[in-house]
Amino acid sequence: MQHHDIPGTTVFDGEQAQKGYALNAMCYSFNAAANRDEFKRDEDAYCTKYGLNEEQRTAIRERNVLKLLAAGGNVYYLAKFAGILNLNVQDIGAQQTGMSVDAFKEKLAAAGR
Amino acid sequence: MAQIVGAIATSHIPAIGKAIAEKRQNDPYWKPFFDGYAAAHAWLKQARPDVVVMIYNDHGLNFFLDKMPTFAVGAAAQYRSEDEGWGLPVLNSFPGDAALSWHVIEHLVADEFDVVSCQDMAVDHGFTVPMNLMFPDAGGQWPVKTLPVSINTVQHPLPSPARCWKLGRAIGRAIESYPKDLRVVVFGTGGLSHQLDGTRAGFINKKFDLYCLDTIVRDPEALTKLSVIDLVREAGAQGVEFLNWIAMRGALLGNVSQVHRNYHIPISNTAGATLVLENRTAAQSQAA
Repeated sequence: MQHHDIPGTTVFDGEQAQKGYALNAMCYSFNAAANRDEFKRDEDAYCTKYGLNEEQRTAIRERNVLKLLAAGGNVYYLAKFAGILNLNVQDIGAQQTGMSVDAFKEKLAAAGR
Repeated sequence: MAQIVGAIATSHIPAIGKAIAEKRQNDPYWKPFFDGYAAAHAWLKQARPDVVVMIYNDHGLNFFLDKMPTFAVGAAAQYRSEDEGWGLPVLNSFPGDAALSWHVIEHLVADEFDVVSCQDMAVDHGFTVPMNLMFPDAGGQWPVKTLPVSINTVQHPLPSPARCWKLGRAIGRAIESYPKDLRVVVFGTGGLSHQLDGTRAGFINKKFDLYCLDTIVRDPEALTKLSVIDLVREAGAQGVEFLNWIAMRGALLGNVSQVHRNYHIPISNTAGATLVLENRTAAQSQAA
């Protein structure tokens, strides 16, 4: 759900949880190294195994965090996908805000001043 | 009787666990954060806890969306650390105290908190990082038994701050009615303000965090007037982990004083914070 007074934020509620179930289930499976390896060997087959829809598959293929969220992804499970790609939370923060990683880190530091 | 001698609140992000594993505590980036723990270590040494009640949130290790408990309580002899998918070292298992867990579960349900009990439970960074931070010399031989309490901060609706406060009160009453002479410290983990997702990623709110740090010590019930959506707005989508802190504070039934606090921005995408609170009974306060 979007709240009009909280910009750039989707509250992960029942509607999102239903929409993103398959995508989040796939990302949850990445807790296990064997599953991460299986995904890396054949991404498409792994997405099929978990029943991802076209929107979710495209977002996975493009490594696009905002599209993954729009497709029902929850950031705690998506973080496990980011782990496979060796992306940390500054990398995905920069991607979502359209900033360079350095500019994103500076934004974080500026919040302390 | 068991006694809650105090509480510690601390950040728990995975990056802290990584910094510990890589021994980066003295790097200029990390030093202002890790320096905040010396006072917590000194306090723990004199507090001599037998048990830590760990109020935290699971981030997709033990629980998935197939079954998402609002409140879950561990009831195992051991809690496993496991691979979370991004390279944090797996730690030695944490000893539990199943008899104490069942005592707490029975009291909570009698107190109308219908918790999920877990005899098989893996604990993620929300639990393991604080243990690593507070017992840096343990070498995997954890010096306390643990009792995990997991609050859902993943899938809305989340329990309200008022509900988490009451849960904490009920945990406090349950522990203090346990007939064994145990010294108990409550940990509340996570926060403070941060947001990982959406175009608002990187949101940090120093003003609100400082309000929370002040208020949770001297007037915690004021925080129970906030809604979960207030927390999302003011603390960020993942800043709702402050619910764990509110429950922790609720468990302190005596006279509470602040021993130590540290606040530093940024650690990874968050405002890092540590708070050490002492909990004295009326008799102890008079004697002091």
